[in-house]
Formats: sequence, C-alpha cells, structure tokens
Amino acid sequence: MDNVNITINGVAVSVKKGTTILEACKKININIPTLCYHPDQELKGNCRVCVVEVEGQPRLQPSCCTPVTQGMVIKTNSKRVREARKAIVELILAAHNCNCLTCIRNNNCELQNISRELGIDSVRFDNVEEILPLDNSNPSIVRDGSKCIKCGRCVEVCSKVQGVGAIYNINRSHDMRIAPAYEEGLNNVPCVYCGQCINVCPVGAIYEKNDINNVWKVLDDKSKHVVVQVAPAVRVSIGEEFGFDAGSIVTGKIVSLLKRIGFDRVFDTNFTADLTIIEEGNELLHRIKNGGKLPMMTSCSPGWIRYVEYFYPELLENVSTCKSPQQMFGALAKSYYAEKYKINPENIVVVSIMPCTAKKAECIRDEMNDSGYQDVDFVLTTRELVRMVHQSGININKIEEKDFDDPFGITTGAAAIFGATGGVMEAALRTVYEIVTGNELKNINLTTVRGIDGIKEAEIPVGDLNVKVAVANGLNNAKIILDMINEGKADYHFIEIMACPGGCIGGGGQPIPGNIEVKKQRMDGIYNVDKSKLIRKSHKNPAIIKLYEEYLGEPLGHKSHKLLHTHYAKRELYEV
Amino acid sequence: MNCLKNDIESIIEKIGNTPDKLIEILIEVQRQSEENYISKDALKIISKELKISLSKAYGVASFYSMLSTKKRGRYVIQICNSAPCYMNGGKQVKKYFEDILGITVGEMTDDGLFSLEFTGCIGTCDKAPAVKINDKVYGNLNKEKVEALVDSIRKEEEVCDFSF
Ligand code: SF4
Ligand code: SF4
Ligand code: SF4
Repeated sequence: MDNVNITINGVAVSVKKGTTILEACKKININIPTLCYHPDQELKGNCRVCVVEVEGQPRLQPSCCTPVTQGMVIKTNSKRVREARKAIVELILAAHNCNCLTCIRNNNCELQNISRELGIDSVRFDNVEEILPLDNSNPSIVRDGSKCIKCGRCVEVCSKVQGVGAIYNINRSHDMRIAPAYEEGLNNVPCVYCGQCINVCPVGAIYEKNDINNVWKVLDDKSKHVVVQVAPAVRVSIGEEFGFDAGSIVTGKIVSLLKRIGFDRVFDTNFTADLTIIEEGNELLHRIKNGGKLPMMTSCSPGWIRYVEYFYPELLENVSTCKSPQQMFGALAKSYYAEKYKINPENIVVVSIMPCTAKKAECIRDEMNDSGYQDVDFVLTTRELVRMVHQSGININKIEEKDFDDPFGITTGAAAIFGATGGVMEAALRTVYEIVTGNELKNINLTTVRGIDGIKEAEIPVGDLNVKVAVANGLNNAKIILDMINEGKADYHFIEIMACPGGCIGGGGQPIPGNIEVKKQRMDGIYNVDKSKLIRKSHKNPAIIKLYEEYLGEPLGHKSHKLLHTHYAKRELYEV
Repeated sequence: MNCLKNDIESIIEKIGNTPDKLIEILIEVQRQSEENYISKDALKIISKELKISLSKAYGVASFYSMLSTKKRGRYVIQICNSAPCYMNGGKQVKKYFEDILGITVGEMTDDGLFSLEFTGCIGTCDKAPAVKINDKVYGNLNKEKVEALVDSIRKEEEVCDFSF
C-alpha cells in the first residue's frame, strides 16, 4: 500500500505517499494561500505563507514542501495559523510599494489576492519600502524592484528553464535583491527578451515595455495609414482576459475590435507564416541538395535567435536565413502592399499584436529595414492589446465577428499551428513532402511532433530521403540539442526551436497565469483552428501563389532575398 | 588586462573549470589581487571560463562576507555583528572605528589603507566584542584598544613607506 492516512481539519483523508500537505489539502478542496509556490516550478519554501499546524510539531510547517506522513493530524485554519500567515504577509507589505491603483498587475496580482483572502486590514509594522529606480534599460522588459517580493520564480525560470541566468539573487540577508550583475540594467547582461520572468512573477515587479501610447498616437494622426497584424497564438489566448475559457478561438472578434479601435487595415500574421513555410521549406531542400549546412534550424523565435547569437555563435550558419513572419509582414507591407494600393510607404505604420516580448526587440534590429523603412514600427503584447481594449471601452463579448483584410487575410491551417511547439515543423513537412514527391500527403496530422514535451524527435520518409527532425521548446532544451550538434551526435536535417516553453502559446506576452494546464488548452485551440481550415498546406494558399506571381517571382528569388531573408551576428556575452 | 586574464586562467587551470569550483576560484583571485577584492573584469573572465552567467557569479561573490566585489583597503576591518558581539558593545566598536577612520561601514579610507565592513560570527564570542583584520582576530575591544590598533597599523605602514 502506497497510501497514508491523515486527518485535515478533523476530516480523515487517504493520499499517496509523498504527497505534500498542500496537495493533500487541494484534494479535499481546502485552499492554502501561497506566494513563492508555482505549479510548474520547483518547491522553494521561501515565503512561508502556506504554513499549517501539524500535531506534535512545535513549529508551524510550510505545507508546500512538507510531505504527509502516516497518522499526521493537520490544522489549516487555526487561530495560530491565521495569525502567522497574516504576520508574514504584513511583513511583506511593510517592505512593498503598495501603489496598486497605478500598478500593471492591479486586479491580477497574487499579493493583492492573498491580502484580501487573509483579511489584512492594516499593517502593524513600520514601512521599510525601498525606493529603487525603475530599470527600463532593456528594449522589451521593465523591472520595478520596489514591487519585488523576492519569491525567486523569475530566477528559476531564467536560469533553469531558459538557461540564461540574466537575473539572480544578489547580496545577503536584508540587502538581498533580485537583479542583474552589479545591480546594473537588464540590457547590460545577455537577456534574450523572452519575458518568461514576467509570466511567473506573482506581482507587478516585471512587465513588458509599454508601447500602447505610441500606438494611440499614430492612430490619432490622420496622415498615417496604420495597419496591424495579429500573430497565430493571440487568437487562442486573449479570450481568457474577457472570461472565455483558455483555448477559445476569438479571431473574428479580434479583427472587429481592432477595426473599431481605429486601425486602417487588419491583417493576419498567419499569411506570412505561410510565406515563411514556402521560403524555409525551399531553403531546406536547397541545403540538402547542395550540401549546405545541416541541420537547418528555424528562425521565427527572436528569443531563440538572441540566445544562439550569444551562446552558440558557432552554429549561426545552421540557422535559416528566413526572417520571422512578423518581419516578413513588415517588409511586405511597406513594399508590395504600398505599391499595390498606391500608398506612400513613408506614411504606413506597421503595428504587431504578438504573444511575445522579444518581438519588441526584434523589430528594432538594424537589419530589419529592408523596405527602406523600419519594417515593423510597434509591437504590442497580447496583454497590451487587452489594456487597449479596456481603454477603448469596447465590449468584446458582444462584438460581431469580422474577417481579415486583403491581401494578407487568406491563410491556411499550416500557418495556424506556428503558435505551438512543433507547429512550424509540421507545417514545413506538409509542404516539403508535396514539393519533393509531387504526391498528395494523405495523413497530414504529424502527431509525433505535437504536444507540450520539451524535446520531440521524428523521422519522416519524403521520397527517397528519411527526413530526421527534432523540435525543442524552452531554451534549456534547445541547449541539449545544440550541445549534441557540437559533439557531432545529431544527424538531424531540420530542427525547430522556440524560446518559450510550449511555443508562442506560452510566450512572454501572453495572459497571466499561463501555466502548463492553460497552455495545453491554448494548444488545443491552435489545432482546432488548423482543423477548421479548408486549406491546410501553405503552398496551396491562393493568396501566397498570387503574391509570387504578382511580386516575388519565385521562392529564394531575388526579391525574396532582399525582403524576406536576413543574417545574424555573434554577440559578446560580456565585454572584457 | 591580458595580464589579469593570464593570471586568472592559470588559477582556473590549477583549481578546475567546472561550476562547482566557483567559490574556490573567487577566494584565490581575491587573495592574489592587490586591493583585496574581485574586480568586474576578473568576474567576467571567471564567468566566461566556468560557463556561469555573470549575474550568478556576482550573486555568489556578493553573498559571502569573506568575498568582496568592491575595492578594499590593504587592511579589511570586519566588525562582527552577530548577537553576542552586538550585545557586548559591537555597536560602539563600529562607531569608534568610524570616528577614527572617518568612514562608515562599507567604505574605504582615501589612502587605501583601511576598509570597514560587517561580518557574521567569527567564532570568538568569549572575547566579544571582536573584529577581524585581514586574518587576525582582536577581541575585548574598547575605545582605547581600537585607537591603539589603528595607530599601530598606521605606524607600521609609515615605516614601510620610508623603506621605498
Ligand atoms: S504588485 Fe500587487 S500588491 Fe503590489 S502594488 Fe501591484 S497590484 Fe498592488
Ligand atoms: S526576459 Fe528571459 S532572459 Fe531576460 S531576464 Fe527574463 S527570463 Fe531571463
Ligand atoms: S521579480 Fe517577481 S518573480 Fe522575481 S523574485 Fe521578484 S516577485 Fe518574484
């Protein structure tokens, strides 16, 4: 028997050996407040908010990291427990900048929730809040140390999940802080802009750089023609912020509200995702035929690009030269679209709605101006769009659904799945298979590369060639594959890498919370979009075919090279 | 710079270049530095060689009281601020040193001779209040003893200076 019998608040319970008190309580619907605990992370036992009384133990025990033992008698709601929890949270509040009304996390804050749940009506301790300067040195991420409760979640995600280690616990005892080396700005260390730290932060201590006001400004400027593109992963997550279940598909509502907000044209990034597949698929075939550098690695995740530039510059030639769909879109909007509709590209402003914080840094890269202008002007995260919707007073629940505008409105199921880990690989293989064999791919669902696992592998027969592929999400998983390549142990042809765990559905700009359970639902949403599409292969997209006929000529052709491809540069980790 | 790089590389070669050797390397680099600390450039080199992020390396270097990431005097006066010393007048001892040196805890004298900092227990609670100066411990301190201590170090250093 692997079960133990315990008593919680007088109720007899039988749970598996090794269960923590916190988990056991959850089983019988007892909610224990937590702050440092995160369902996707290691147990930390830092904050002590989750303490409970265990009979026979003189001290209160942290329930998140105390396993149950046979016969344990637990009280979660005694006077002693309630008072201890209150005192702990009051201590945190005494050192906290409690300006909730102007805080980015107002109404979605774990510290706010806990203060309310514990009934904190005053703080008995002197205020020892530190005035720390706001760090907005980084193009994507803002840190507000005065809001930090030192839970350690961001440190864990940055070091262990992303393998970057841009921020760490520094100093000791009451001088301890979470910060980059030397407490300098986050742009002085190799941060890859992924925003995963934001997604796990329980409070308003880390958030994206705000571009909302920049966008309102161009919308108010009548001389500007403002177009907007919406990334694949936004349509299955934004609904969460308006009361829909995670994974609900609200594409038509997003189009509609963007039009109401005042954008001149509303386009779909999925269009350039289809285009990416054509260019990248052909690049892969070209490399295979002509003895080019293999394995080829995908290039649509800017956090990943930043990572490889910093940490594995020797593998830069393995990275596809294709720009990301966001950047392909920007380049085409200010060239093809401008010409076709006779709009002066100087007056076109391109805004992106992205699940991603790294996209903010991507669009200001020096190379990203092949249209003759900065190709993409402003990037808003999913969360920022939500804020704009609130500011505009539009009721998304009631709004009618609309279609994306031409010429970047028709898209395929292959493009939709870009938003989930494995999606780019699956979309590429659907196309590569048909280009190479000339036959129709019968089973188009390549389920081996789907799912939330960190690393996936598959072998797909394409004509005479067995194409070996790998898929990684989360940069520490990417690192495992990169080390294999460096050691000569990886004989893959094609590798898909996305910086964020789960892919863009888990991006650093997505609604909070976005834990694994939520991500799985968003992923289901993504594959439902795919299923609902009549055309599910990028090369069958009639609008893409037309684009090549009218403008680009052929894949990897002269115009493609100018507008849709780019290059990367080794970056020094630290200048010495 | 190259000289610093070579020195550190040879320390790492001797101790090992795996992340678990970080503390040992930091101690040795500080010991060999003239200003009793681990410079930013040194930390960057160590972080690169050990493949540890600079922020983590800094986190470790700033955690231990025996390590310093700030330039320190030739004589590092560490005042014990654990309970027994504190209760026995450690607070006054801190003030005596601050007054006589004209600096506060965390600072260094202009001539680069002294710096003042706190440390955790140094294991001489029977002689509280106590301080550690470089490797030596001085206990049962009062105002006179503090003055005498600082005086004798200053005198010793003057003699050295003349000998150049
Ligand atoms: S972090 Fe939370 S508790 Fe703190 S100010 Fe912001 S909303 Fe309020
Ligand atoms: S954005 Fe990513 S790399 Fe930068 S500090 Fe946050 S988790 Fe680390
Ligand atoms: S920044 Fe946020 S996640 Fe990081 S330690 Fe502070 S409160 Fe926790």
